[in-house]
Order: sequence, then structure tokens, then C-alpha cells
Amino acid sequence: MSVQLAIFERMFDHGEVPALALASPEPTRSAVEALQARINAMQRTTLDTKLTPTHEALADLLPDGGLKQGAAYSVTASSALVMALLAGPSQAGSWCGVVGMPEFGVEAAESLGIDLDRLVLVPHPGDQWLTVTAAIADAMSVIVVKPGRAASDGAVTKLAGRLRERGATLLVVGTWPQTEAMISITASRWSGLGQGWGYLTQREVTVTVSSRRSAAPRSGRLVLPDPELGIRRLDPPLGAGRGRLGAVQTGGARPAPVTALPRRAS
Amino acid sequence: MQRTIVLWVPDWPVIAAVRDEAAPAGNAHPIAIMAANRVVACSAAARAHGVHRGQKRRDAQGACPQLVVVAHDDDRDHRHFAPLIDAIEERAAGVQIVRPGLVALAARGPARYYGGEKAAALALIGAVIDEGVMDARVGVSDGPFAADRAARDTRPNSPVRIVAEGAAAAYLAPLPVSTLADPELATLLARLGVRTLGAFTVLPATAVRERFGPAGAHAHALAGAADATPIIPRTPPDDLERVIELEPPLDRVDQIAFAVRQLADDVVEQLAARRLVATAVRVSVTDETGRESDRVWLHPRAFRASEIVDRVRWQLSGSTRRLGQKPDAALGPGLASPVTRVRIAPDSVDATVNHEPGLWGAGPDDRVHHALSRVQSMLGHESVVTAQRAGGRTLAERRILVPWGDRAVHQRPLDRPWPGALPQPAPATVFPSRHAVTVIDGRGDVVLIDDRLRVTSVPAAFAPGAGGATRPIRSWAGPWPLDERWWDTAQRQKIYRLQVVDEAGIAWLLVLDGGSWWAEARYD
Repeated sequence: MSVQLAIFERMFDHGEVPALALASPEPTRSAVEALQARINAMQRTTLDTKLTPTHEALADLLPDGGLKQGAAYSVTASSALVMALLAGPSQAGSWCGVVGMPEFGVEAAESLGIDLDRLVLVPHPGDQWLTVTAAIADAMSVIVVKPGRAASDGAVTKLAGRLRERGATLLVVGTWPQTEAMISITASRWSGLGQGWGYLTQREVTVTVSSRRSAAPRSGRLVLPDPELGIRRLDPPLGAGRGRLGAVQTGGARPAPVTALPRRAS
Repeated sequence: MQRTIVLWVPDWPVIAAVRDEAAPAGNAHPIAIMAANRVVACSAAARAHGVHRGQKRRDAQGACPQLVVVAHDDDRDHRHFAPLIDAIEERAAGVQIVRPGLVALAARGPARYYGGEKAAALALIGAVIDEGVMDARVGVSDGPFAADRAARDTRPNSPVRIVAEGAAAAYLAPLPVSTLADPELATLLARLGVRTLGAFTVLPATAVRERFGPAGAHAHALAGAADATPIIPRTPPDDLERVIELEPPLDRVDQIAFAVRQLADDVVEQLAARRLVATAVRVSVTDETGRESDRVWLHPRAFRASEIVDRVRWQLSGSTRRLGQKPDAALGPGLASPVTRVRIAPDSVDATVNHEPGLWGAGPDDRVHHALSRVQSMLGHESVVTAQRAGGRTLAERRILVPWGDRAVHQRPLDRPWPGALPQPAPATVFPSRHAVTVIDGRGDVVLIDDRLRVTSVPAAFAPGAGGATRPIRSWAGPWPLDERWWDTAQRQKIYRLQVVDEAGIAWLLVLDGGSWWAEARYD
């Protein structure tokens, strides 16, 4: 935020933007677009504080730049990815619930940054998984559910209403009718293991997020798990890639980074 | 000098062990109670074989090969001694518990009430015999030390020894200095040529204090029967447990829970009046057939009345589940047989001060608790768990799942090295029950591990046991053996572990256990 403030201060105090506008029309348009994007992004986070704190390595991949409260996300079968998504809210002090996943690895969860004191597991909800999910949506900020039996559309809509009302985020392991985005691991490469020697040390994954709101899916490379940090981003984050301009950027025409502005003016 | 009655039950730790069914009953069995590899108490039969206090375990077993060795347990001694104290307190007030098996009382009151010290002593022995302890001895003298010595100077057929008032010093005089239970002082005195308590009392008190310090001065006073330490009677503990007799017996959980509500309120109020809270509660439920279900429930913080009622309900539905009936908590399950009696007793208590909610609350907020309690009422108490890490070598050992509202009992500390545990990172998916797989080499033969811890051939692929799709192995490492608890037939395991990465880039933990391969976890 302080960087952004600094940019605005320069913009208004030193009249750099008008100077730019006179100098060349072409960069101005992209600069204005970038600034609008930046303003949009800031307005989103300041006016609608409906985001659950998300781990920074994953935040920019998601539409709106984080997990939205009251929304459902579909995560394709990877426990580590689920844990990475839980890590942010858990570290920020939220309670997390995991329903129907007896295989959830507690040790891995802790090493990825989930606070076990605020993690509640319902390993075997049986046929009542939907009721259980609705019940703990009252208290938990993020709920992971692995659906048992298929749910009816009516029940899903009812649950979605409950989630919106309570501001809880639902992560579904598997498919789900109304999701904000589908998060999956599209490539995975473990290192440390050879032909009969070594042991698993770390893994590079490509996380792909596809949503209805953006035409092309977004991908990012992560180290998950990383021996020191737990979760680490490999490629640079998608800079101003938030909000409405997300689709445009992933389409290829990426505007110049805003941080280049002062340098150009001088 | 205060006249004192000391009541001594010989070999109390042995009697407590027999009462606890930790040792066989009957006088014929030689039993020894051991602490730190030394005998602390033994039965008369063992003593007849030459076992004595302070002996090493090996020597004791050498002296008596059929010796039954029981580990010492101070809790057990106290627990079984409590009813005896209650019985003694009914006959005479002001009992000081010196240790389990040994109590001291001021003699004046009982002596006047029963008409003489002898009569009082016999009354106390009668109280103990009524509790089923056949051998109890009483000594009466000036001061607890002399009375204690007098009690030990008795025989089963003459269990009372009374030393007349003022005669205590003369009575103690011929006893050796080792009676003082201070081995260092006793050795020193013996080397100085002082061998009896009488010889010790001859020394001037000021000289003794200068030479041996306050401890020596106290011993000197004891030896001269001049010790003025008063008897400090115990305060009888308040009766905090509550019992409800259900007449007619109830057979529905919701009815019983309703009936118990008042009881739980009572327990919590009683504790609150003493500025206490319960952190563990013992719930005993007796049914019509006389069967008793007894369980201690722990709480991560402190019990409220409604939480005690919940525990009673869980205990009732738990006992029906064990009997193979379908638990139907919403309607109240039919119990095996109607319940006649519910007893709630605080098992451990703590001062209220330690459990005051802070300004921002303590523990999880009520909303979380209510939501989870609701799920527990739907699925049962064990269905909602929080996880904790623990030490251990296998993945299953390295976590503890604690039902919501319970407190974990840690058995394996995390900060030990645990050689043989898997290196980090831990797998994200740990299968609740491992899946059978087959691991094959390039020619399709099953890979095994030989006695020199080598794979018989290079693993090339693995497949789920029931003929699933084969997954080629890209890289692998191992086998890492784990051979633990070979002395314990129930818990021993000898397994070999293999980490493999399949062609989708997902890693697996495969385990060879008794000739067959299993997939235990997935690094996804």
C-alpha cells in the first residue's frame, strides 16, 4: 500500500502525469489503463472487504486476488493444494474445518503453516456431510469438504446461501455445481529422489486457476512444499493482474508495470 | 508433652496392591513392592523367605524365586487408605496422616471418651478391622516419635503398646541411633561412639546444635522425647460428588440427561462456592443389572454444568454403541437396560482464578463451540476431532486426534529424535487404512527385499492390488527398514519403506509388511 501511496503522491505533487501526457500519447494510454486498474484494485479491497486472507503465493492467481468470503471453490484432488489454501486464513487467525477427509495429513498441514489449534476435522460425516458442512459454516471461516454422496441442486443452493450469509469460504475437493473458480495442479515435479537413492525434498508445481470471469486460465509456479518456507512462489506474481483487467492481461497485452512511471518521467 | 496415639498398618503398600488387584490375594503369596529397583515393602510370606526393605530386585528374587513384584504407586496407597481414615475419623477426631498406613492422633480426647488409652486404642483397631484390614498396631506415648516406636514394638497377638506418661525418654534410651531415620547422622554418631538414643540424649543440647545444626538438634529432641511438634489434624475433604438414584429406572438418554441436569448444576455450584472449577469429571452410571460404566472425562479448560450433562449423554450413547445397537442420538437410543443411578464426581479441580475468562475471552469462542457441539450431537462425540502432533516413527503414531471438548493425553513426546521416522516433508495424504499394491520390476516379477536390505530387483512399476492400472515408477529410494518393539507381540512391527515417484509427478510411500506391499501415503 505504501508503494501505491508513493505513486499517487508523485502523481499529484510533482505533476508527472501531465508531463508524460504531453511527451508521448502512446505510453499515456497504457499508463492510464494501469492506473485505472490500480485504482479499481484498491477500491475492491477497501470498499468490499470480503476477501479471506490468502497466502500471497496463491492470492494473485485467484479471481479478485484472494479467496472470497461466501464463495465456493473447487480444488482438484491434491491435499497439499488444499493445505496451501488453508494456510493463509489459518495464519490470519481464522478457524478451518475439514469435512470428510480422513486422509488429511496433519503433520504436513502444520509444516505448511496451518495452526492445528484452529483446525477441526470431521473425518467421517457419512451421509450427513452436507448437514455437517452447513452446521460448521456458522463458526468456521474456511471449510474444506470432500463430498460423499452427490448432493441435490436444492441442497447445494441452500448451502451456498448459508455460506454467503455467514461469509464462509468453501473449498470442495472434487467437482461442485456453482464454483467461483477451479483450482488444480497441472504439473508436478518432485526433486531429491534418484534411482534408489535420496529422499523427497521439495516439489515444483504449476497451479492453474480457471474461472468463469476470465477467458484464459491463470497459472503460476510454486514450490509446494518448500523445505524452509512451506510455500514459495517461483515466477513473479501477476503484477497488477487483479480485478477486471485480469482477462485482458492473461490475453497477452500486458501493460507496462506502474512502477516504471517515475523512472520514465525523470 | 502431648500424649499421642499412632496407628500403624504394617506392609500397607502390599495391602493396597492386593486391594487394587495388582497382586494376588492371600497370605501365602510372597509379594514385594518395588520402587527404583529397591524393595519398599513386602508381605510376611516374602519376609519369611528373606526379602527385606531396601533390597535390590535381583537379590530379592534370588532369595525368593516365586516373588510377585509390583511397582510402587503412591496414588494407589493413598486411594485405598482413604476409607480407613474415614473409619478412624468416625471413632476419633483430629487425624494426621503421616503417610499411607500410618496416622497420628492426639490421645487426650479419645482416651477420655473411651475411658482410657487402652480402650481408645482398641476402638481404633476395631475401626480398621471393620474395614477388612486384619493387622493394625497402636502405640501410645509422649509425642509422635515415641508413639511410632511403641507401635512398632508390638506383635500381632498384642497389638497395643502403651508407654506410661513421662517414661518415653527411658523407653527410647536403649534403641539404636539408626532409629532416627537420618542415615548420615546415625553413621556419624556411631563413629563418635554414640550408639543408643540414650547416649545421644546425654549430650548437651547446645553442643549438639553447634555440631550438627538444626537437623541434629531436632533429632536430639526426638531422642529425648522432647519434640514439641504438635499433631496437625487433616481437614476432612468436602464431599463434592453427587449421586442421583433414578426411581423408576430410566431407559432413554434424553430423560436421563434431563434428570442429571440438576445434579450437574449442583456439582458446579458446590465447586464454585469453594472457588474451584472441575477440569476432569468422573461419571459412573449403574444400570438395573448392576453393571457400572465408569469413565473420567477431561476438559481442555473447565467444566460447565451443561458440558457435564453432555458427557453423561455421550457416555450413555457410547455404552449403547459398544453393545452393537444403532446409535440414534436425535431420538435418544434405547439403552441396554434401564439406568438406576448416576454419580458425578469432580476428578481433578483447579482454582477459579486460573480459569477466569480474559478480556477477549479464553479458548475458542462460543460460536465455534456451539457449532461443533451440534455436529457432535448429530454424529457422536468422537466424530469431531482436533489434531495434535506427537512423536513416533510411523505416520499413524505421529498424530493424535482428540475429540472436541477433550484433552489430549500425551504419551510420546515430540522433542525426541525418533530415529527411523520419515524425513520431512510429511505426506499430505495419509490413507486411513493402507491400500494393497503390487510392486513389480521390468520383467513383471514382484520386488522383494532381501536380508541385506537390498531390493531383489529395480522396481519399475506398481499397481493397486485388485488389478488397477499400472503406474510406472520414475524414481525411487529405499528401502528404509523399521524394526521396532520386537519385545511386544501386540505392537511389534518390521516393515520396509520405499518412496517412489510415478510418471504423473506424484510421490507415494510404499510399505513392505510381511511379504506384501501397501500404499500408506501419497505426497500430492
